[in-house]
Amino acid sequence: MKLSDVAETITSRFGGGVTGRTEFRGELTLSLQPDALRPVCEFCRDELGFDFLLDISSIDNFEHEPRYEVVYELYSLTDNHHLRLKTAAVGDDEPALPTVCDLWPTANWHEREAWDMMGIRFTGHPDLRRIIMWEGYPYHPLRKDFPLEGKFSDVPDVAFTEPAPLAGGPFVTAPVDGTTEVREPRARRAGDLPPGQGFIAEP
Amino acid sequence: MSDRSPYAYDSKIEGNIIFTQLDTAINWMRSNSLWPMPMGLACCAIELMAAGAARFDIARFGAEVMRFSPRQSDVMIVAGTVTYKMALAVKRIYEQMADPKWVIAMGACASSGGMYRSYAVLQGIDHLVPVDVYVSGCPPRPEALLDGLMRLQKKIMGEHSFLEQKKELLASM
Repeated sequence: MKLSDVAETITSRFGGGVTGRTEFRGELTLSLQPDALRPVCEFCRDELGFDFLLDISSIDNFEHEPRYEVVYELYSLTDNHHLRLKTAAVGDDEPALPTVCDLWPTANWHEREAWDMMGIRFTGHPDLRRIIMWEGYPYHPLRKDFPLEGKFSDVPDVAFTEPAPLAGGPFVTAPVDGTTEVREPRARRAGDLPPGQGFIAEP
Repeated sequence: MSDRSPYAYDSKIEGNIIFTQLDTAINWMRSNSLWPMPMGLACCAIELMAAGAARFDIARFGAEVMRFSPRQSDVMIVAGTVTYKMALAVKRIYEQMADPKWVIAMGACASSGGMYRSYAVLQGIDHLVPVDVYVSGCPPRPEALLDGLMRLQKKIMGEHSFLEQKKELLASM
């Protein structure tokens, strides 16, 4: 079965559940309704031979709808097919999606990471704890409204955090107009930028 | 004994007799057998290993006995990025070391947070423990670490070993 046939099979079977289809340089991406995620994943694994979950990643489209998206990278080791599934996580404060842990056990840690860093809950996950930050850390640091410099927090005897001083920092991309080429730290020379615009100001 | 040198040798007396001060003798022993606690947290630890291997041979300075127990070590070499998740563990290990003890902050990250101006990284181990020597570099070459070690030895030679270490004991007497 060719990859385009895979796309046809899924689209014809799930109809309205599949809202979009993109093909770029031989990579196929299907956008899904959140409700269709579980059935499509089950179908992909059991009927289409996608036996390997490469990765789960999450996106924060801050100030755009939908705010949170989750991306599943599936791979078929028998057919050498790579399929990308994209779906929105519903809810702005407590985004949630059903877990796929029972389909691919590797999803366990990927989902824990998405919960830790982005605050996306996976309902039905057997053990949804933080995986990188410690228990008790109150934020989800990869959200776009979380400042790069961090925030104060303290869990006694476990860990604390303090904001890092960014003003005057040599490694910060300047927030002015232009391409990254002129804004990146190594492109910066004294006097290049108007005063006060050289670095990201305190929030 | 001259004012310049802390050692003196009296050639009129037969045998290997050296006159010196107690401080100097203690410091001499301490500075030439610094047992490191290798707190290797990131890539600096690779350079620390290189400093311990044949080419650079940290044994030339009496610091080859890497102790993985804080109870047996004299100098903690913080080699690498100290994340907040690790920070209190580093502090605890420092507190478990027996006095007298010293700290070398090896590399940009341990000294200042380095390139990690972020929510996850402690901006210098000196926020938590007193640092004696900072070694610059990202990572520093083994020579730089050895230079830092020699500076620490020089610093130890200038300490008042007994008066400073036994303040409470002397006060109670």
